[in-house]
Amino acid sequence: MTAFDLFLQQAINGLSLGAMYSLLALGFTLVYGIMELINFSHFNVFMVGCMIAMVTLKLFGLNGQDTILTGLPLIGVMLVGFFVTMTLCGGIGVFIERLLLRPLRAVKGPAPMITTIGVSYVLFNIILLTIGGDSKNFPNPLPPIAFNIGGAVLRLREILIWIIAVLLMGGLTYFVQYTKLGKAIRATAQDQEAARMMGIEVDRVIMSAFFIGSALAGASGMIFGLYYNLAKVDIGFGAGLRAFTAAVLGGIGNVPGAMLGGVLIGLIESSSGQFLGSAWSDVVIFSILVLVLVLKPAGLLGRLAPNKS
Amino acid sequence: MADKELLLEFKDVNTYYGDLHVLKNVNYTIGKGEIVCLLGGNASGKSTTMKTIMGVVRPQTGSVTFDGKVIGNMPTSERVKLGIAPVLEARRLFPRMTVFENLEIGAYTQPRGPQFDQDLERVYSLFPRVKERRTQLAGTLSGGEQQMVAIGRALMARPRLICMDEPSMGLSPRFVETVFDTIQEINRQGCSIFMVEQNANMALSIAHRAYVLQTGVVVLSGTAAELRENDMIKQAYLGEMQVEGAAA
Repeated sequence: MTAFDLFLQQAINGLSLGAMYSLLALGFTLVYGIMELINFSHFNVFMVGCMIAMVTLKLFGLNGQDTILTGLPLIGVMLVGFFVTMTLCGGIGVFIERLLLRPLRAVKGPAPMITTIGVSYVLFNIILLTIGGDSKNFPNPLPPIAFNIGGAVLRLREILIWIIAVLLMGGLTYFVQYTKLGKAIRATAQDQEAARMMGIEVDRVIMSAFFIGSALAGASGMIFGLYYNLAKVDIGFGAGLRAFTAAVLGGIGNVPGAMLGGVLIGLIESSSGQFLGSAWSDVVIFSILVLVLVLKPAGLLGRLAPNKS
Repeated sequence: MADKELLLEFKDVNTYYGDLHVLKNVNYTIGKGEIVCLLGGNASGKSTTMKTIMGVVRPQTGSVTFDGKVIGNMPTSERVKLGIAPVLEARRLFPRMTVFENLEIGAYTQPRGPQFDQDLERVYSLFPRVKERRTQLAGTLSGGEQQMVAIGRALMARPRLICMDEPSMGLSPRFVETVFDTIQEINRQGCSIFMVEQNANMALSIAHRAYVLQTGVVVLSGTAAELRENDMIKQAYLGEMQVEGAAA
């Protein structure tokens, strides 16, 4: 492999990781943008999403990488898998918001954030006690189709991950930009009290942000499983921390920023893994984060303080 | 007042922030078609009055009725649907949304249809400048233009009562006049106005009636003409005008 091939290969890998981090980062950024809350339960909603996807695919009789599907059955299984995972994860997000965070709405200080950490551990332990702590083989029905681009290999699974990520992020952008609820979400994020006085039901807006963010975390969890062929109870922390870093890097509260941040973190992780050794990935990722925050505290696309006037 | 039908009424309203008693047995009435102005110094309870009308603050005791309906515990969104729309202090537009999107949010409780286009035309004809700026981000407009959008945003809710909090604040004297002309025009088209205003002189010149609030108590009320002649008002709120008059 030439240096260029290596570079290309790591760009392919990085974009796939980036797709996963971007989808996960969007949940952090949506909730933070509206409530200024760092939702730590998001880490493990992602992990639960990976588990739900695994169970759903197994219900189709898929086991490990033995069963290969093509054509319509493959598309159908993937659609159902993503749909079930995203809906259930969105439901978990709504549950967390409605039952655990809404009663704390008037409470100032770190209580809601601490609650999300607690919820994160509850989710972790539920999975630990029901599914177990060992590494599971995530069903992957994709045929082993691969294209050689120079010396680099582009597999079908990467193309699939990109298509799904682009569809979801395009859909989200359209939703936030052009629909009535999407505009209400933006208005609420910019000035919650003014939004309320315009007749926007702020509680409903917050709940939709949790649903959407958690559903995207579910999609991200399923992508994790398809990419690594594994599901494990502790995957939430590594991926969640990187996605959170991505949200901060792009400018937390900023939707395009989370997408950009996720892709950058993915590319940084894969290329530093290739050229410095994977042990160095985290060092590089978090050094870049610190550097960006020192030079541009609001993140790449963020604004420092919301302009209220 | 007696000949005007009642639109909004505060009856013995008391509100609290924690232990702090803000509005103390306050009574207001606003008739259909009226411009009523609320005068008062800092921390007199003017903004709390606005928030109580909009439902951001709930009265502890006493009743708030709008068009015969008790609204004291109604959520804000329901009040907007009934026809109460605010023009907030310091305008509070959504700065990173376009002017058009701000107007859309103003119409949030209204169905999207021919009625929306009609309301939009009305705002554009009232403020041609708003039409010119419709694709611009609201945060990039001048203070005066923002105030036009803020008033337009309230009109998009098809209000029967517009509550304005300091509509002249931070505007150039020339523009203040334009805003007050517009308020009168909107009132002529049938919308009642309840206005909190520091610029007592200006406010009393267009209002039908006024209340004076001091540390949460209504200390004075009457027609605008009466209040303009009142010694206390002259001293406390129209003082500047007299100094100017004396100098000239």
